[in-house]
Amino acid sequence: MNWAVITPLIIFLMIIFAVGFWSNKFVIKSNSFLEEYFLGERQMGGFILAMTMVATYGSASSFIGGPGVAYTQGLGWVLLAMAQLATGYFTLMVLGKKFAIVARQYKAITLIDFLKERYKSKTVVLLSAASIIIFLFSSMAAQWIGGARLVESLTGLPYTVALLIFAFSVLVFVIVGGFRAVALTDAVQGVVMFIGTLILLVATIKAGGGIPRIISDLAAENPNLISPFGADRSLTPAYVSSFWILVGIGVVGLPQITVRAMSYKNSKAMHSAIIIGTIVVGFIMLGMHLIGVFARPVLPGIKIGDTVMPLLSMKVLPPFVAGIVLAAPMAAIMSTVDALLILVSSALVKDVYLNYIKPDAGDTHVKKVSFSVTAIIGILVILLALSPPDLIVWLNLFSFGGLESVFIWPVILGLYWRKGNKYGAITSMILGMGSYILLDRYYPNAFGLHTVVVPIVLSLLGFVLISLMTHQTQQLSNSKNNSTIQ
Amino acid sequence: MKKTVHPLDKRFKIAHREALIGVILVLINFIWWYGFGYGLGSGKVENYTYIFGLPAWFFYSCVVGFIVMVILVILTVTFLFKEVPFEEEEGDIK
Repeated sequence: MNWAVITPLIIFLMIIFAVGFWSNKFVIKSNSFLEEYFLGERQMGGFILAMTMVATYGSASSFIGGPGVAYTQGLGWVLLAMAQLATGYFTLMVLGKKFAIVARQYKAITLIDFLKERYKSKTVVLLSAASIIIFLFSSMAAQWIGGARLVESLTGLPYTVALLIFAFSVLVFVIVGGFRAVALTDAVQGVVMFIGTLILLVATIKAGGGIPRIISDLAAENPNLISPFGADRSLTPAYVSSFWILVGIGVVGLPQITVRAMSYKNSKAMHSAIIIGTIVVGFIMLGMHLIGVFARPVLPGIKIGDTVMPLLSMKVLPPFVAGIVLAAPMAAIMSTVDALLILVSSALVKDVYLNYIKPDAGDTHVKKVSFSVTAIIGILVILLALSPPDLIVWLNLFSFGGLESVFIWPVILGLYWRKGNKYGAITSMILGMGSYILLDRYYPNAFGLHTVVVPIVLSLLGFVLISLMTHQTQQLSNSKNNSTIQ
Repeated sequence: MKKTVHPLDKRFKIAHREALIGVILVLINFIWWYGFGYGLGSGKVENYTYIFGLPAWFFYSCVVGFIVMVILVILTVTFLFKEVPFEEEEGDIK
């Protein structure tokens, strides 16, 4: 065991725990438990809001997978990764004040609360809850596995022990602290991610003998590495551009991001979050993927992309600093997992249990159920991650694009298009998810675009057409209702 | 949907404008990114020019593009975004 590397990681975990228990005080004191536990009482300030959005969004793939692909593909992959800059400002600007105001009017605590009030449809609620539970559950298991592999590779502990250490550290602070703990630890983790990127970028450039030298080494090995088209010229402009939908504007439809857009205190918090978020997300994405490319001359011949970032840190940094830098991917994974955990728990407790099973539950009962549901989900995920069934791996492939195709139009058009109705929303959700899975199986990357594009277009068409077609019938029944009331 | 008392919320007008600004910014971002990335990067690699050691297409598209977007975001948020209260009129509710 390499204690110089591990010590900073342990210190990092201690800080995270401390934040979790500190948040528990708010959970105990709060007089509206649900709003506190699942939304932090809408008290997030600008900095915390920006960091929790960035950290939730930036996952294992930004720190481990992404740099690995950049290592093999070259600068073309960094170009692709920069589509994510849009997430920094677009989500908050587009959901924006309207979502914050409407969510407060509806007294919505979860994304599903919002959809429920907007569409007044049980089918919409159950469809949303099902997609959130199924898809986020699987992607949680996948992140969990990634986290355990990372701990395993850093400490040399066996996989099972690594998984248990990683999982319990996340579970403890999420269960006791709720959303506030998640957001606050996200802020710590976001800072760690930012600093880690900065240190590693500088160290890698130094180890490679400066940028001009690195670039000419790359060009000497394969000129395509410094072109926008990827090492084997397979990255076409259309394909790369379509990532603006998957990892750029489509992010508006991810429930774990959307729920954050109703958690902030006031307009001021939102304004500064937009600025901070854009800077931080841009810097991390540009930096981490550049690191992947620059690693190639420094550390040639790596076969497995996922090992680039850990191996590079160990090589170019002194052990203690490497520990700090490697806390960054750990932070990225934790901050994604914790957000998913609290979201799945809120879908089960708030959206299913309190809506349909036991609407008249008392406060202490709700508290007990929330704590235990969160714990049970966590333990189930651990069991799954111990020997992941194929189904989980398979479902996880769809979770990102699939959730986007399900939620993007019901949320956006629900906010900005008054004629949108529940029939449109149901059509769009089923069409989005169904076509995403089918296309991915049988006709991936249609028209040279990423698979997510067609389902998003289809679900938009479905939403608009069905809403318009059913609009009149609904108006009729509405006016009937009104007349009976009058 | 509009069951609440105020029929035409003035705050929504501001919100709609700001959402539109978000869409315009993302279009500018995309055009800048695509234009410099593929405009300068599509030629032969031997003919590339370099800035601070990075190929010019990459420098303008990704590095300068990032800085330009940060500046645009700061400007729009500071000068075009308005502060509005999120809660219902305070007072009688609390």
